[in-house]
Amino acid sequence: MTEPLLQVKGLQAWYGESHVLHGVDLQVHRGETVTLLGRNGAGKTTTLKSIMGVLRKRQGEIRLNGKDLMGLPLHQIAYAGLGFVPEERGIFSGLSVHENLMLPPKVADGGFTLDEIYHLFPNLAERRNSQGTKLSGGEQQMLAIARILRTGANILLLDEPTEGLAPVIVQRIGDVIRALKAKGMTILLVEQNFRFARKVADRFYVMEDGHMIDTFTADELEGRMDSLNETLGL
Amino acid sequence: MVTVFGISLPALMGQLLIGLINGSFYAMLSLGLAVIFGMLRVINFAHGAQYMLGAFFAWFLLRYAGIGFWPALVLAPLGVALVGVVIEKVLLSRIYNLDHLYGLLLTFGLALVIEGLFRHWYGTSGQPYSIPSTFQGAFNLGFMILPKYRAFVIVASVIVCLTTWLLIEKTKFGAYLRAATENPTLVQAFGVNVPRLLTLTYAIGAGLAGLAGVLAAPVYQVSPLMGQNIVIIVFAVVVIGGMGSIMGAVVTGYVLGLVEGLTKVFYPEASSTVIFVIMVLVLLVRPAGLFGKE
Repeated sequence: MTEPLLQVKGLQAWYGESHVLHGVDLQVHRGETVTLLGRNGAGKTTTLKSIMGVLRKRQGEIRLNGKDLMGLPLHQIAYAGLGFVPEERGIFSGLSVHENLMLPPKVADGGFTLDEIYHLFPNLAERRNSQGTKLSGGEQQMLAIARILRTGANILLLDEPTEGLAPVIVQRIGDVIRALKAKGMTILLVEQNFRFARKVADRFYVMEDGHMIDTFTADELEGRMDSLNETLGL
Repeated sequence: MVTVFGISLPALMGQLLIGLINGSFYAMLSLGLAVIFGMLRVINFAHGAQYMLGAFFAWFLLRYAGIGFWPALVLAPLGVALVGVVIEKVLLSRIYNLDHLYGLLLTFGLALVIEGLFRHWYGTSGQPYSIPSTFQGAFNLGFMILPKYRAFVIVASVIVCLTTWLLIEKTKFGAYLRAATENPTLVQAFGVNVPRLLTLTYAIGAGLAGLAGVLAAPVYQVSPLMGQNIVIIVFAVVVIGGMGSIMGAVVTGYVLGLVEGLTKVFYPEASSTVIFVIMVLVLLVRPAGLFGKE
């Protein structure tokens, strides 16, 4: 197998004095969509934030394309090629849709053009001059994803993109992720909505209490359903 | 002679002009304070000292290097901005995670030190700085005499405020500032060097104070106390406008300058307190300020 695009080894993280990740290992290969599953509080979002460097109190090894990210200041991690879409979406109320979209600097060549983005998200084109936070929850999620696509990041970290959204919007987000996969985008997804995750992911990791307890491919999913039922309470 | 409410028109217009001049300085200074507070969440009590530094730097340039008003209009604010960079890097950057009160206390202490040093070196009597030759004399508007330099100050302050507004509202740099005001961690996660943005913002705010100081030098005297005298009023302006609101700072600055001028005509006894009375009323009715977000 080729060298993984993202390699995490022995990742530990803390919120203040509270030790929340206990040696997490994971790999994401180029073009893969990998999903972190787990109950609330299992450490999925913390894993994503630690990889991105938003959570600074962390130890272990994080490599992107072989480059060590641990010692880098936060603003340089984006330039290594990580694109972050936070759980709370992070749409800026003081900026229009267009300004939100144009805010993240381009970190590499090859990002989506504005035309491609507006083609993929026609709602955003219609509302480009609206205030970012005046959009619906689904549109805000689209904007949060679209904003990162422009930057040329080579791996997307998506934190609970379907949280709190209506089923029809969840389906639309699924279509978008499949379109990104078809374009060869690499995605690391944190998701509680198992029914959504199983439709888009190539591989899964299961987390519990800050540990990785299982990993399997989409083809192996059926054989894992009993243990998943138990772990995730499906 | 034409009179308005029993006051002669030239006297009324004269006071309105003084009000507008003062308002121009209030607007420029509160603009810098609003920019700094909006981004750094620091209540920059050293703003008056930075305004005074601008005037003194212009005076130093003239006295020790023979450099006149126009080059000083660029060089002195740059010098103050540089002082701002040092203050932000060495002091303020260490207290961002603490309560706002620490920023206020630190900059207040800094103002006392800077103003104390200048008082020690130059006394309190003030140094003269002459009006540039281009703006000697006055325009006779018929109903009033308008000194050319004062007209220039008003126009210059409008240009400064408009340019700063355009910088913040219409440029990529401004978008970074506005976004980082809401969520600096996320902006940094996008690849923007937020620590550098903070330094630059403080330098711009300090530079604006320095620019106001240079413009003030020919109007008032260059004195170590000039910042102390104005900074309290400017803080009242910022509170009335709404902490961190650019538009609020500018509009309130001009309007309160005019209100102060009118009060001098109709009820001079209240002219030094009218702004603070308005501040109290605004705080009672709308604590976030006239343009602030509730």
